[in-house]
Amino acid sequence: MASRDDIKFLSNPKIGNQRKKYCRFRKFGIKYIDYKDPDFLTQFINAQGKILPRRISGNSLKYQRKVASAIKRARHLAMLPYVTDLLK
Amino acid sequence: MRNYEVTFIVDPVLSGDEIKATAQNYVEELKSHGATIVHNDEMGLRQLAYPINKRTSGVYYCVEVQVPNGEFVNKIELAMRRDDRIMRFLTYGLDKYGVKYNEDKRAGKIGKRKPKVEADADVPKGVTKTLGKPKKQAPAKKEAVQTQAKVSETKAAVAEVASEEEE
Repeated sequence: MASRDDIKFLSNPKIGNQRKKYCRFRKFGIKYIDYKDPDFLTQFINAQGKILPRRISGNSLKYQRKVASAIKRARHLAMLPYVTDLLK
Repeated sequence: MRNYEVTFIVDPVLSGDEIKATAQNYVEELKSHGATIVHNDEMGLRQLAYPINKRTSGVYYCVEVQVPNGEFVNKIELAMRRDDRIMRFLTYGLDKYGVKYNEDKRAGKIGKRKPKVEADADVPKGVTKTLGKPKKQAPAKKEAVQTQAKVSETKAAVAEVASEEEE
Protein backbone atom coordinates (compact mmCIF):
# COMPACT_ATOMS: atom_id res chain seq x y z
CA MET A 1 0.00 0.00 0.00
CA ALA A 2 1.21 3.45 -0.86
CA SER A 3 1.41 5.72 2.08
CA ARG A 4 -0.19 9.13 2.14
CA ASP A 5 3.08 10.88 1.31
CA ASP A 6 3.53 8.90 -1.95
CA ILE A 7 0.04 9.66 -3.16
CA LYS A 8 0.65 13.37 -2.80
CA PHE A 9 2.95 13.49 -5.85
CA LEU A 10 1.10 11.16 -8.15
CA SER A 11 -0.55 14.16 -9.83
CA ASN A 12 1.23 17.32 -10.91
CA PRO A 13 0.91 19.78 -8.03
CA LYS A 14 1.04 22.72 -10.46
CA ILE A 15 -1.89 21.45 -12.49
CA GLY A 16 -4.45 23.45 -10.60
CA ASN A 17 -3.00 26.97 -10.77
CA GLN A 18 -3.34 28.18 -14.36
CA ARG A 19 -1.00 30.90 -15.49
CA LYS A 20 -2.92 33.91 -16.73
CA LYS A 21 -2.50 34.43 -20.48
CA TYR A 22 -1.79 37.92 -21.73
CA CYS A 23 -1.37 39.77 -24.99
CA ARG A 24 2.35 40.32 -25.46
CA PHE A 25 1.79 43.19 -27.91
CA ARG A 26 -0.25 45.10 -25.38
CA LYS A 27 2.06 44.24 -22.53
CA PHE A 28 5.31 45.22 -24.26
CA GLY A 29 3.88 48.01 -26.41
CA ILE A 30 4.62 46.41 -29.79
CA LYS A 31 2.61 48.38 -32.34
CA TYR A 32 3.84 46.91 -35.62
CA ILE A 33 4.19 43.30 -36.64
CA ASP A 34 6.71 42.80 -39.43
CA TYR A 35 5.69 40.32 -42.12
CA LYS A 36 9.35 39.99 -43.16
CA ASP A 37 10.36 38.44 -39.85
CA PRO A 38 9.39 34.76 -40.14
CA ASP A 39 11.31 33.77 -37.01
CA PHE A 40 9.06 36.01 -34.94
CA LEU A 41 5.89 34.85 -36.66
CA THR A 42 6.65 31.16 -36.08
CA GLN A 43 5.66 31.77 -32.47
CA PHE A 44 2.07 32.13 -33.64
CA ILE A 45 1.79 29.06 -35.87
CA ASN A 46 1.69 25.39 -35.01
CA ALA A 47 3.71 22.51 -36.45
CA GLN A 48 1.40 22.30 -39.47
CA GLY A 49 1.85 25.99 -40.23
CA LYS A 50 -1.64 26.91 -39.01
CA ILE A 51 -2.27 30.15 -37.19
CA LEU A 52 -2.80 29.57 -33.49
CA PRO A 53 -6.13 30.73 -32.11
CA ARG A 54 -6.40 33.54 -29.60
CA ARG A 55 -7.48 31.05 -26.99
CA ILE A 56 -3.96 29.61 -27.11
CA SER A 57 -1.77 32.57 -28.06
CA GLY A 58 -3.59 34.94 -25.70
CA ASN A 59 -3.43 37.85 -28.14
CA SER A 60 -6.01 40.59 -27.98
CA LEU A 61 -8.35 40.76 -30.95
CA LYS A 62 -6.67 43.82 -32.44
CA TYR A 63 -3.23 42.20 -32.53
CA GLN A 64 -4.50 38.75 -33.42
CA ARG A 65 -5.85 40.29 -36.62
CA LYS A 66 -2.50 41.94 -37.30
CA VAL A 67 -0.60 38.74 -36.57
CA ALA A 68 -2.90 36.78 -38.88
CA SER A 69 -2.49 39.22 -41.76
CA ALA A 70 1.29 39.38 -41.22
CA ILE A 71 1.48 35.59 -41.37
CA LYS A 72 -0.60 35.55 -44.54
CA ARG A 73 1.71 38.13 -46.15
CA ALA A 74 4.74 36.09 -45.11
CA ARG A 75 3.14 33.02 -46.67
CA HIS A 76 2.58 34.85 -49.92
CA LEU A 77 6.28 35.82 -50.00
CA ALA A 78 7.28 32.20 -49.29
CA MET A 79 8.80 33.14 -45.97
CA LEU A 80 6.39 30.84 -44.19
CA PRO A 81 4.80 27.69 -45.63
CA TYR A 82 1.08 27.41 -46.37
CA VAL A 83 1.01 23.74 -45.47
CA THR A 84 3.76 21.71 -43.89
CA ASP A 85 4.51 19.11 -41.29
CA LEU A 86 6.96 19.15 -38.43
CA LEU A 87 7.69 22.85 -38.77
CA LYS A 88 9.01 23.08 -35.23
CA MET B 1 2.70 61.71 -48.23
CA ARG B 2 2.32 58.01 -47.82
CA ASN B 3 4.83 55.31 -47.12
CA TYR B 4 4.81 52.05 -48.97
CA GLU B 5 6.93 48.95 -48.96
CA VAL B 6 7.44 47.11 -52.24
CA THR B 7 8.82 43.64 -51.63
CA PHE B 8 9.61 41.35 -54.52
CA ILE B 9 11.45 38.12 -55.23
CA VAL B 10 13.76 37.94 -58.25
CA ASP B 11 14.46 34.69 -60.03
CA PRO B 12 17.82 33.36 -58.76
CA VAL B 13 18.60 31.59 -62.05
CA LEU B 14 19.62 34.92 -63.57
CA SER B 15 23.20 36.04 -63.24
CA GLY B 16 24.17 38.37 -60.42
CA ASP B 17 24.30 41.41 -62.69
CA GLU B 18 20.91 40.67 -64.21
CA ILE B 19 19.34 40.34 -60.76
CA LYS B 20 20.80 43.67 -59.71
CA ALA B 21 19.72 45.26 -62.99
CA THR B 22 16.16 43.99 -62.49
CA ALA B 23 15.98 45.40 -58.98
CA GLN B 24 17.50 48.67 -60.14
CA ASN B 25 15.00 48.81 -62.99
CA TYR B 26 12.09 48.77 -60.53
CA VAL B 27 13.77 51.28 -58.24
CA GLU B 28 14.09 53.60 -61.22
CA GLU B 29 10.49 52.97 -62.20
CA LEU B 30 9.36 53.86 -58.69
CA LYS B 31 11.35 57.07 -58.93
CA SER B 32 9.74 57.86 -62.28
CA HIS B 33 6.32 57.69 -60.55
CA GLY B 34 7.43 60.44 -58.19
CA ALA B 35 8.54 58.25 -55.30
CA THR B 36 11.44 59.06 -53.04
CA ILE B 37 13.35 55.98 -51.97
CA VAL B 38 13.55 55.85 -48.20
CA HIS B 39 15.53 52.64 -48.09
CA ASN B 40 16.44 49.85 -50.47
CA ASP B 41 16.91 46.68 -48.50
CA GLU B 42 18.61 43.85 -50.35
CA MET B 43 17.67 40.85 -48.27
CA GLY B 44 19.66 38.59 -50.54
CA LEU B 45 19.27 34.96 -51.53
CA ARG B 46 16.86 33.14 -49.24
CA GLN B 47 15.43 29.66 -49.17
CA LEU B 48 11.74 29.63 -50.09
CA ALA B 49 9.33 27.96 -47.72
CA TYR B 50 7.71 26.19 -50.68
CA PRO B 51 8.73 25.89 -54.35
CA ILE B 52 7.54 28.60 -56.76
CA ASN B 53 7.84 27.81 -60.49
CA LYS B 54 10.10 24.90 -59.55
CA ARG B 55 12.58 27.21 -57.82
CA THR B 56 13.51 26.58 -54.22
CA SER B 57 15.28 29.86 -53.53
CA GLY B 58 14.87 33.51 -54.44
CA VAL B 59 16.55 36.87 -54.17
CA TYR B 60 14.53 39.18 -51.95
CA TYR B 61 14.39 42.93 -52.28
CA CYS B 62 12.40 45.32 -50.13
CA VAL B 63 12.14 48.96 -51.20
CA GLU B 64 10.58 51.45 -48.82
CA VAL B 65 9.27 54.53 -50.63
CA GLN B 66 7.51 57.75 -49.81
CA VAL B 67 5.00 58.87 -52.44
CA PRO B 68 2.41 61.65 -52.70
CA ASN B 69 -0.40 59.20 -53.58
CA GLY B 70 -1.05 55.55 -54.27
CA GLU B 71 -1.42 55.76 -58.04
CA PHE B 72 1.90 54.07 -58.68
CA VAL B 73 0.74 50.79 -57.10
CA ASN B 74 -1.31 49.56 -60.04
CA LYS B 75 1.33 50.54 -62.56
CA ILE B 76 4.23 48.92 -60.78
CA GLU B 77 2.21 45.79 -60.00
CA LEU B 78 1.20 45.47 -63.63
CA ALA B 79 4.84 45.78 -64.68
CA MET B 80 5.84 43.13 -62.15
CA ARG B 81 3.06 40.80 -63.22
CA ARG B 82 4.27 40.97 -66.80
CA ASP B 83 7.86 40.38 -65.82
CA ASP B 84 9.08 36.78 -65.86
CA ARG B 85 12.05 37.64 -63.72
CA ILE B 86 9.85 38.56 -60.73
CA MET B 87 8.56 35.50 -58.90
CA ARG B 88 6.47 37.24 -56.25
CA PHE B 89 5.75 40.78 -55.16
CA LEU B 90 3.89 42.52 -52.38
CA THR B 91 3.07 46.19 -52.00
CA TYR B 92 2.24 47.16 -48.47
CA GLY B 93 1.04 50.53 -47.20
CA LEU B 94 2.86 51.34 -43.97
CA ASP B 95 1.15 53.04 -41.05
CA LYS B 96 3.07 55.35 -38.73
CA TYR B 97 4.11 52.47 -36.52
CA GLY B 98 5.48 50.61 -39.52
CA VAL B 99 7.54 53.63 -40.55
CA LYS B 100 8.88 53.95 -37.03
CA TYR B 101 9.63 50.24 -36.87
CA ASN B 102 11.63 50.40 -40.10
CA GLU B 103 13.54 53.43 -38.86
CA ASP B 104 14.35 51.69 -35.61
CA LYS B 105 15.35 48.55 -37.46
CA ARG B 106 17.78 50.50 -39.61
CA ALA B 107 19.18 52.17 -36.52
CA GLY B 108 19.77 48.69 -35.07
CA LYS B 109 17.34 49.13 -32.18
CA ILE B 110 15.26 46.12 -33.20
CA GLY B 111 17.60 43.22 -32.84
CA LYS B 112 16.02 42.54 -29.49
CA ARG B 113 13.15 40.51 -30.90
CA LYS B 114 15.04 37.76 -32.63
CA PRO B 115 18.42 37.45 -30.90
CA LYS B 116 17.31 37.53 -27.28
CA VAL B 117 20.29 35.42 -26.27
CA GLU B 118 22.70 37.94 -27.75
CA ALA B 119 20.98 40.77 -25.95
CA ASP B 120 21.46 38.91 -22.68
CA ALA B 121 25.11 38.28 -23.51
CA ASP B 122 25.58 41.98 -24.19
CA VAL B 123 24.22 42.95 -20.82
CA PRO B 124 27.44 42.42 -18.86
CA LYS B 125 29.35 44.56 -21.38
CA GLY B 126 26.69 47.23 -21.13
CA VAL B 127 26.88 47.15 -17.37
CA THR B 128 30.61 47.58 -17.37
CA LYS B 129 30.27 50.39 -19.88
CA THR B 130 27.62 52.15 -17.86
CA LEU B 131 29.71 51.65 -14.77
CA GLY B 132 32.76 53.01 -16.52
CA LYS B 133 31.12 56.07 -18.01
CA PRO B 134 29.68 57.72 -14.92
CA LYS B 135 33.06 57.49 -13.20
CA LYS B 136 34.62 59.45 -16.02
CA GLN B 137 31.74 61.85 -16.45
CA ALA B 138 30.95 62.42 -12.81
CA PRO B 139 34.21 64.23 -11.90
CA ALA B 140 33.85 66.49 -14.90
CA LYS B 141 30.34 67.39 -13.87
CA LYS B 142 31.49 68.03 -10.33
CA GLU B 143 34.25 70.26 -11.61
CA ALA B 144 31.79 72.12 -13.77
CA VAL B 145 29.52 72.59 -10.80
CA GLN B 146 32.45 73.72 -8.72
CA THR B 147 33.56 76.20 -11.35
CA GLN B 148 30.04 77.50 -11.62
CA ALA B 149 29.93 77.80 -7.87
CA LYS B 150 33.26 79.63 -7.94
CA VAL B 151 31.98 81.96 -10.62
CA SER B 152 28.86 82.69 -8.65
CA GLU B 153 31.01 83.24 -5.55
CA THR B 154 33.27 85.61 -7.37
CA LYS B 155 30.25 87.42 -8.81
CA ALA B 156 28.79 87.68 -5.34
CA ALA B 157 32.13 88.94 -4.03
CA VAL B 158 32.33 91.50 -6.83
CA ALA B 159 28.80 92.61 -6.09
CA GLU B 160 29.66 92.94 -2.42
CA VAL B 161 32.74 94.95 -3.27
CA ALA B 162 30.67 97.16 -5.59
CA SER B 163 28.05 97.70 -2.92
CA GLU B 164 30.76 98.52 -0.41
CA GLU B 165 32.28 101.00 -2.79
CA GLU B 166 28.93 102.66 -3.36
CA GLU B 167 28.52 103.07 0.36
